[in-house]
Amino acid sequence: MDLLLEGFATALTPTNLLFAVIGVLLGTAVGVLPGIGPAMTVALLLPVTYSVEPSSALIMFAGIYYGGMYGGSTTSILLNTPGESSSVVTALEGNKMAKKGRAAQALATAAIGSFVAGTIGTVLLVILAPNIADLVVKLGAPSYFAIMLLALFAVTAVLGSSKLRGFIALFLGLAIGLIGTTTGQARLTFGEAKLADGIDIVVVAVAIFAIGEALWVAAHLRRKPLDIIPVGQPWMSKSDWGRSWKPWLRGTAFGFPFGALPAGGAEVPTFLSYITERRLTKHPEEFGNGAIEGVAGPEAANNASAAGTLVPLLAIGLPTTATAAVILVAIQSYGLQPGPQFLDSNPELVWGLLASLFIANTLLLVINLPLAPVWAKLLQIPRPYLYAGILFFASLGAFSVNFDAFDLALLGIIGVLGLAMRRFGLPVLPLIIGVILGPRVENQLAEALAISQGDVSTLWSEPVAVVVYVVMALLLVGTIVAGRRAGAVPSDPENEKQEVSA
Amino acid sequence: MTTATENSIAGPEPARSKVVDTAQYGLAAFLLVVGVIVLVDAAGLEKGFADQPVQPYAFGFVIGGVLVALAGLLAVATWRGDVAEAEDGEDIDLTQGSDWATVAKLGVVFAIVVATISWLGWAIVGAFLFAGTARILGSHRLILDIAIGTALSLLTWYGFYVGLGIPIPAGVLDGVL
Repeated sequence: MDLLLEGFATALTPTNLLFAVIGVLLGTAVGVLPGIGPAMTVALLLPVTYSVEPSSALIMFAGIYYGGMYGGSTTSILLNTPGESSSVVTALEGNKMAKKGRAAQALATAAIGSFVAGTIGTVLLVILAPNIADLVVKLGAPSYFAIMLLALFAVTAVLGSSKLRGFIALFLGLAIGLIGTTTGQARLTFGEAKLADGIDIVVVAVAIFAIGEALWVAAHLRRKPLDIIPVGQPWMSKSDWGRSWKPWLRGTAFGFPFGALPAGGAEVPTFLSYITERRLTKHPEEFGNGAIEGVAGPEAANNASAAGTLVPLLAIGLPTTATAAVILVAIQSYGLQPGPQFLDSNPELVWGLLASLFIANTLLLVINLPLAPVWAKLLQIPRPYLYAGILFFASLGAFSVNFDAFDLALLGIIGVLGLAMRRFGLPVLPLIIGVILGPRVENQLAEALAISQGDVSTLWSEPVAVVVYVVMALLLVGTIVAGRRAGAVPSDPENEKQEVSA
Repeated sequence: MTTATENSIAGPEPARSKVVDTAQYGLAAFLLVVGVIVLVDAAGLEKGFADQPVQPYAFGFVIGGVLVALAGLLAVATWRGDVAEAEDGEDIDLTQGSDWATVAKLGVVFAIVVATISWLGWAIVGAFLFAGTARILGSHRLILDIAIGTALSLLTWYGFYVGLGIPIPAGVLDGVL
């Protein structure tokens, strides 16, 4: 508790408060803007970590993280074309509400629900992260090796519709992670001295998220502007409150545990929350026509899962979502390594970050309720400027790593890979996680085998490692069974509907 | 569906109607090439030092091998009628065909940026990048595009230099900025 209060002392200095406000504003703005998600935002802002204090930068990223989540829901309520997969469910009822003239109530229940869920989620994070870190710190290299394998496997095999494409993305990422001379010999550098340190992860992240997305949009740019529903000041009537508070709490209960799991993500809990609310509602006739419960629950689940994601990130150093992966890159660029020792060795930083999560949540509510009409205007930004701007800032971000045209060339090449991934439906997350975790998996394996002097049985000598392998085996069986069931009827109807545009 | 698959076996050219996503063979070929490069690279590595329990080539062989295997699986899946689910988004209209000409033009602008940035510096090249890409993406007001691009690149250059203390090389404008 004292530590948390000290954290607030760190986060509430004028400078850091300013960074929190900047973070929330930036995060919401780009969350609202089509085509830019929180992961891309943090990736584009990575250059600031070269000169801003670590605590300030982390506080800003906390604001961007929560702001981006909230901004995405604004877009899906007002536009009915969700950008992030986690806001798909929000669009179901949210856009119907907006069309019925209840956009203000939809935005209000989303904002307040996000605040409630984010605050509860952050409390749980504050309680859980140190305890989990205490447990994790006792683990040896074999257990770490197993947990990282589980994370790679879960992100690839459990999420996403096509396992084959998940593994393709993962192994392309692992191949990129091989580049460099970490093992003492040059791997995949093709004699190029500039590749000796590997490809900077900033360049990879910006290329895959920003360049790939901008190029993909350029190939498919919507020529007709979308209909945007105008919105006034968000507010809720007494009956709206009465119908919202239970879904908020239930959504939080779904979202947090899923976010904290290695392959949780936000899609499953938002969907579960939606189904639950539809089953429990006293107004079943409104579902499908704009029921407020269908916005309140999934939005809370979305934000609670965002808080849950930070548990494995801070306590184990494991990223489980794209945004968490980029935040991990940001922390690592300070030479810091999140994980069990992170809380002990950098208490000021971690507790400042945790305190700033509370502050970011509150700021989100205070700033975003009055600003909703302004955010709605952002949706009208001319698309040529939006995507030219993304390309501009992506290039600046990659160039500022080393001031080397070589990095820009890499950015372009990997950006084309990002474009191809979107064309062929390859998920982005396994690739990024593969680039980040691949070298660490190799490290842990080497460490484990060095201690055991080459005896391979050390890998299953720790109980935690054994449990993790059992979980992996269960997941494998589960996905195969689920695949069989779905595979019994191959995806023929879909093929007939979808014309392939090559 | 079955007839379509039979066509693709029988006909000299695979039935490209709605079933086989031929471009996906290109992706499979790419994976094969990457896999082979990784394998060849791994094979060329020396044995590790005595204190290296994991040989430097070990991960290379595993990753390269799996990539080759995945290339094969993807080719088979494509042949059996597997179609990619292209990514959707707010500004994306998948009902129209892909406009690769626009992407190619963006590529040309980007290549010019890469080629000239060391010489001309960020302030000039950045403005060119913004104005060029905005124009390609459908903006019609050239003067405004250039003005915004110049403002953005100057602001970011000074912002990085003064605000963040990151001296981006000025290129030919060294001494002017």
